[in-house]
Order: sequence, then C-alpha cells, then structure tokens
Amino acid sequence: MVTTSQLSFSYPGRAKISFPDISCSEKEILLVLGTSGVGKTTLLHLMGGLLSLQEGDISIKGQRLAAMSAADRDRFRGRHIGIVFQQHHFVESLNVLENCLLAQKLAGFAPDKSKAIELLDRLNMSTLGNAQIKNLSQGEKQRVAIARALMNTPAFILADEPTSALDDQNCHEVLHLLQEQAARANAALVIVTHDNRLKEIIANRVTLEKS
Amino acid sequence: MNLVTLAWKNSVNRPLNLLMSIILFALGVGLISFLLLVNQQLKDKFDRNLAEIDLVVGAKGSPLQLILCSMYHIDNPTGNIPIEKARPILREGHPLIKTAIPLSLGDNYKSFRIIGTNHNILPLYDASLAEGNLWQKDLDVVIGQSVARETGMKIGSTFHSSHGFADDEDLAHDHASFRVTGVLLESGTVLDQLILTNTASVWMVHDHQEAMADSTQGSHAVHGHHVGSEKDHPAHDNSNADLLSHPDKEITSILVQYKSRTNFQALNFGRNINENTDLQAASPAIEMNRLYSMLGIGTDALYSLALLIAFVSALSIFISLYKSMKERKYELALIRVMGAGRSTLFSLIILEGLFLSFMGWVAGLIISHGAMQWLSVYLLEDFRYRFTGWLWLPEETWIFLFSLALGLLAALIPAIQAARTDIHTTLAEK
Repeated sequence: MVTTSQLSFSYPGRAKISFPDISCSEKEILLVLGTSGVGKTTLLHLMGGLLSLQEGDISIKGQRLAAMSAADRDRFRGRHIGIVFQQHHFVESLNVLENCLLAQKLAGFAPDKSKAIELLDRLNMSTLGNAQIKNLSQGEKQRVAIARALMNTPAFILADEPTSALDDQNCHEVLHLLQEQAARANAALVIVTHDNRLKEIIANRVTLEKS
Repeated sequence: MNLVTLAWKNSVNRPLNLLMSIILFALGVGLISFLLLVNQQLKDKFDRNLAEIDLVVGAKGSPLQLILCSMYHIDNPTGNIPIEKARPILREGHPLIKTAIPLSLGDNYKSFRIIGTNHNILPLYDASLAEGNLWQKDLDVVIGQSVARETGMKIGSTFHSSHGFADDEDLAHDHASFRVTGVLLESGTVLDQLILTNTASVWMVHDHQEAMADSTQGSHAVHGHHVGSEKDHPAHDNSNADLLSHPDKEITSILVQYKSRTNFQALNFGRNINENTDLQAASPAIEMNRLYSMLGIGTDALYSLALLIAFVSALSIFISLYKSMKERKYELALIRVMGAGRSTLFSLIILEGLFLSFMGWVAGLIISHGAMQWLSVYLLEDFRYRFTGWLWLPEETWIFLFSLALGLLAALIPAIQAARTDIHTTLAEK
C-alpha cells in the first residue's frame, strides 16, 4: 500500500510543483500520466526515495519516508521498492545472474541464486543467466531489469516509461509481464508514463497537469 | 557477490586500463625493489669480506683495484711485489702489525682463484674446515664450499690449474697437479669461492710456466731445480719467515691487521708506505666508502627515477578510475538505487584502487626477484659471487605498504566523487 499526501517540490529558482495525492494498494496498478515537464520524473524519484522530500509525505507499507534519515531511506529503498527505469542500467562487469544477485546483496539480504534463476525462468530468460549485459538486446535488458526489480519481493514496484520505446505488440507484452509479476509478488505497481496507449488498458490513473 | 568481488570484477573488466596501470606500477615497484636487492646483497658481501683488515699492501697502481683484487677477488692485481721490499711488513715482531698475511695470485681452476697464502687467513675470515686438513705440503689445497659444490671436488681430488683468472683450457698448466686436502665450511665470505694453498705452490706452477715459455731450446734446468727444491723442502712451514728466506721471489699483496687501530702511528703507517716506498698501501674502509659514494650517485638517480615512475603509475591509476567514474555514473547511481549508501560507493572505488596497486605490486615483485635470480647466474659466472632472487628484505614490507598507500591516494578523489553521486540528477539526465 503506497500513499502520498500533500506532496510538493521545488527546484532552486523554479516554480513549486504540487502533486495530487496518490494511493495504490497491493496487486493494484496505477498509471501516472502527464506530458513532458509536468514533474513525472520528480514524482517518480520522490516515490522511489531517490530524492529527499521537501513538503508532504509518502507512506509505503506503513513506513513514512519523511521520517527516515538518508541512510535509512537507502536501505528501505533497496529492500522494499523495485524500480524499473526507462534506460536499463546494469553493472557492466557482472553477468545477468550476478546483476540480479547484486540487488539482494546491496539490500542486505543473503544472495539467493535459486530465486534469481526462478525469476529469469519466469521471464523466459533462463538461458541467459551467464550472459554479459552488453550482449543482450533491448528487450532482454528490460526483462532482466524487471527480474532485478523483483529480486527482493518489493512491496512497491515503480516503472518509468516501461513501454514508450516499444511497438504495440511489445508494449502489451511488457505491460502484461509487469502486471503479472506485481500480482505474484503482492506488490503495488505504479507506472509513470506519457504513453497514451496504456490509458486504454489501465483504468486506474492519475494525470499530472501544469500547476 | 560482495563488495570485494564486485571491486575485483570491475578492476578486471577493462583489461587495457588494467594492463596499463599494472605495467607502470610494476615498473616503479620492481625497479625500487630490484635496487634494494642488489644494493643489500652487494653491501652484505662487501661488509662480510672486510674481515677487520686494516690495510692492504701491494704494487703501485689503483688503490681500489688493489682492494677489489686482494679482498674481493673480482679485479686483477696491480702487479707483484718482491719479498725483499715487503720484508719490513712481513717480519715478525713489527710494533704496529698484529697479522700480515701474504697473498699470491695468478692461477685459477674453472675460474675459481687459487691463492697462495698461509694458515692465518682462516681465522681472519672466521672460517673453519668442514672436513680434511689444512694444506701442509706444496700443491696441497683447501677449497671453499662454493668451489666444492660447483666443481664437485672432494678430498683427494686432483686438478690442473690454468693461468690467469678466467677458465681457459688453452692456458692450463699441464705439469703441476693440485690435490684437495680439505674443504671449508660455508662462511659467507670470499673464502667460499677460493682455492687456498701455500705460496710456494703458486710460485711452482708459475716458474714452471715461465720456464716452459723460455725453454724452447730445452732448458729444463729450472724445472729440474724445482723438482729438486721440492725434495729439499718437502713442507714449507707457511710462516712469513719462510717467505723471507726467498727474498728474490714475489707475492701479490699483503693483508694487514693492526695491533691497535687507534694508534697514531698506525694511522700514518699506510701514508708512509705510499710516500717512502715502491709499494702501495690502501685502506679498505676508505676505498670502499669511495666506491659506495661513486655507486651511490648512480643508485640515487635510479631510485629517483623509480619513485617518479611509481608516482606516474599512481597518476595513471587515478586517471583510469576518474575516467571510469564518468563512464560508470549510471552504474554507480544504480548501485545506490539498489540500496547502497554513499560509504559503499566510496569503499568500492577505494577497493578498486587497492586492487590495481596490489596487482602492480605483485607484478613488480615478480619482475624484480625474477630479474635478480636471472642476473645471479651471470654474476656467478663473471664474479663468482652468489646472488639470489629468493630473498625477502624487510624493506619490501615498506614497499608493499607504500604501494597500497599510492593506490589509496590515487583512488581517493574518484572515491569521493563516487560517494557524491546524486541519484536523482544522474538518473534524471537520461
């Protein structure tokens, strides 16, 4: 269960951006829509605990982000929030499996190889565990990114523009994948996007507007 | 998958950068360590062979050459001196001199020098017999431990010497055959690589050779005379008095120990010889210090060069890491997204710097010790001095710490930069 209340943020020398309150329960999908420049990335980073809160609060799994120190927030993010970025960044020196295990290690969990293999298997990536990241296609990278986000069974999955670069068929596939995995992990799924195609599929949505 | 393995994998992920850093680092570290190895072993050998010898008296020439030849047995003699001229030094009861040991050089066996001398040379170097007896008769020899090991000679072995100091079959003396009567314990001094006999034996093989050279017309008189004299004097008593009974003969040099080093007259003794006689007196302490200071300029320059290379290599590690910070900024941000704190990123980069310097250190050590070992073969052939690469000097622990410190220093700024990674701005850039 993820809720935001009274969130607003301002960059130095820029107008304050106020965000509508958002709520997303377990196994639920919420679409956060908006055109460029309305603060989608800012909201995503605030909700992901990547950016310090200025005003308002975010509650994830009953824990308030505003009450956490920076170090606490790092740890909390690693353990409870899975983020799938639009650009797929990996540790290049590690292979697919090791990248997944790194997520557990950095969150302070014991690496569980069988879980990583099971996740990759579920995403039809079972043969690529030992592959180098640089040899993967974009679609494969996205799947690994999803697998990695799920490694710690997060309560909250945040996806940043997961479909905007994809054609219609792949768009549906990825969306389905995210939906399915979030449901299996009992996680709340928030997708931040400007991809209007998703509007037709997901009813539960919030649209950000210029304030 | 812990931080150390991650740092390791990151280090080896860019092989060219890695190679460049390691090679530079290894050159710096290797050169320093190699210089230490050579210097230490050379100084050690020189010091052991000082043997509390206060003065070396020989023919006029280079004093350093006289010392190197008579004490270290690595240079040629400055010439020979007639016993008559050396009488004041060799006679018993000199007020200043405790011991005066005559040396006669001129022959070798498989490039081990044969030295005609007396039994007093053993206590001078704290040497003692491993087996057998000291030389008693002409052509009896006692061999050093290295000689025994490398020629395989044992008590009772006989051999023919060759003229000069380099092993040369053509210069072999055919007639006189030396016989081994004793083998010395390893003393770590120059005696290990010498063949010791009495002075008369050296004369014998040499007079014989001169006689052969002169006697194309069949003048075998000298030869005959010598065989005769051997019969007349079956055992030279090895004393200096015995030498003095052959005033027309020559020796190469005399090792002198004073009764008291601080005696005022002793201090002037060498100068008197140099100014008032045809002989030359050289002080080992002064000459060796002169040699060290001459070598010192060269080694100092090499040390400076090595230090410079070490710092350049640290700079190369720094640049390599610093560049990779830019290439890896998303990666670093991602590591933070996955729950790592700033200190984790800091440690990661520091570890990478340490890995690079550690690998450079290992490579440097292999280079220096390997080179020393490789070179020791040639040093043994040329100088009969035994060097080894399989030696760990206490200073090398400092080199290790110095290497890690350099790695740490090189990684510090990139590590701070990594710790400052702002996830939001990095990821918002896209």
